[in-house]
Amino acid sequence: MVRYAIRRLLLILPTLFLVSLFVFAIVRAIPGDVVDMMLEQFQYGRDADELRARLGLDRPLAVQYARWASGVLRGDLGTSLWTNRPAVRDIAARFPVTMTLSFLSIAISLLVALPIGILAAVRQDSGADYAARSFAVAALSVPNFWLATLIVVLPSYYFQWAPSIGSFTTFGERPGVYLDQFILPALCLGVAQAGTIMRMTRGMMLEVLRQDYVRTAVAKGLGGAAVVLGHGLRNAAIPIVTVIGGQLPFYFGGSIIMEHIFGLPGMGSFVLEAISRRDYPVIQAVNLFVASLVVLSNLLVDLSYGALDPRVRQD
Amino acid sequence: MWTFVRRKPLGAAGGLLLFAMLALGLLAHVVAPYDYDEADVFSRLKAPSVDHWLGTDNLGRDLLSRVIYGARVSMGVGFGGVALGLAIGTSVGLVSGYFGGRLDLLVQRVVDAFMCFPLLLVALTIMAILGPGLENVILTLGLVLGIRDSRVIRSAVLAVKAHLYLEAARALGAGHAGTIARHVLPNILAPIIILGTVNLGAVILTEAALSFLGFGVPPPRPSWGGMLSGSGLVHMLRAPWLALWPGIALSLSVFGANMLGDALRDLLDPRLRGNR
Repeated sequence: MVRYAIRRLLLILPTLFLVSLFVFAIVRAIPGDVVDMMLEQFQYGRDADELRARLGLDRPLAVQYARWASGVLRGDLGTSLWTNRPAVRDIAARFPVTMTLSFLSIAISLLVALPIGILAAVRQDSGADYAARSFAVAALSVPNFWLATLIVVLPSYYFQWAPSIGSFTTFGERPGVYLDQFILPALCLGVAQAGTIMRMTRGMMLEVLRQDYVRTAVAKGLGGAAVVLGHGLRNAAIPIVTVIGGQLPFYFGGSIIMEHIFGLPGMGSFVLEAISRRDYPVIQAVNLFVASLVVLSNLLVDLSYGALDPRVRQD
Repeated sequence: MWTFVRRKPLGAAGGLLLFAMLALGLLAHVVAPYDYDEADVFSRLKAPSVDHWLGTDNLGRDLLSRVIYGARVSMGVGFGGVALGLAIGTSVGLVSGYFGGRLDLLVQRVVDAFMCFPLLLVALTIMAILGPGLENVILTLGLVLGIRDSRVIRSAVLAVKAHLYLEAARALGAGHAGTIARHVLPNILAPIIILGTVNLGAVILTEAALSFLGFGVPPPRPSWGGMLSGSGLVHMLRAPWLALWPGIALSLSVFGANMLGDALRDLLDPRLRGNR
């Protein structure tokens, strides 16, 4: 296991390097007319030369990368053109909001998807199965931002009730109110993503339940729950964990939209603000931070994969 | 064709739905009762009526016409993005899988790194560089999905490469280009078709999300996502039908693409069944 873990750890280095190259390229890809716009509309510098210097574009390419990368390694993710604050400070302030939203959404997805997926597999081709599969297809087809818009619009029109949007309570102020603010966005995001996980759970469970060892377990007199959960789910868990780990970018993408609709001050609304202000250092910082996070979570998924399935460790 | 309808009625229904949306988009100028930006200041935010079947928006524009013209944007971006994505994905996947070796290793690490960025974040970032616009949305989504698809194409190429007929073709003196065109490409058509249909839903949804956030297809061109966007929220609170129709059209299109994609996958590639 230790050798597997070390090998897997070393493999993330080239990936991180390539991720950094992508992020590094962002500022270098800005077309000239956008530079003019940045100067005229947002006054990010007196002239193009000053702006280029602020963005660190005034040296040879290799020197630029070395300076930028060494800054990143020391925790300097760049400075906002708009606020002149280090981007890393805003990310630190906003990251907990996005994390809370993502974890709540994942929890809701699992609470919805696992029981329904298992039930649909155990009672294959029954009414319940068809209902579950229809739910999954609906969840995949209905855009989460539309669902969220309807949740805001319809109750307010018909019942004069609206979720509080605009004023944000921090966890330190009132923890209960803090969590309340996440329920609706997490529901929209969680239910939408539950469709994918449900289909996956159903498919894996169906495959596992047909195996010989499941028949053996039934034959030796184990009860339904012990077979389904102990033998079925345990073996179906590996691909399910992989899927959920792989879904992390989707939850982040979804949280951009949810934070926008429900006025949550997380990383998503941060990057949207930066994009509308053409604040490229911030756009870079968020991209780098999020991608590194995904690299790390992929690593964790692979390691847990190794822990769940002994076959993965040896080869 | 008829066997498909009989064996996969839901998939056929999805295809029909998609075809209807496509026809609606292509014939928008014929079908739509009004022009999409024809504003009538005297009938603003009107509920659905005989004159305006789906009601009007805050500028007095006919919603039915805007939803119909929205199909043009969604289908245009959808089919354009998918075509570009397949072109990119197939070329990258073919080259990487067919030639293998160090090139393959390098290309796959680049794809790995690219996949670490959430789809919506990459799309937003590229749109922030290119600027809003219909063509830029197609370009962005085609590029992003193409790079992701290349992974699937590559594994299909690897599966074909293992067959003896490829070795035989090479032994008979066929060049690389000829081998790819005559032997590899025809044998990976199934995954290409499946990818295209599955991607169609994803492209339509992502375009809508981009326009919803204000970085996709700019007004006055009606995009379903843009029609639902935050700036209209004030009006939606007074006229909820504004929020209803574009969402329904969007969901139906994505539903159609998903159903058709599922059915095609079941028929063409049983190995992928239930893998989503």
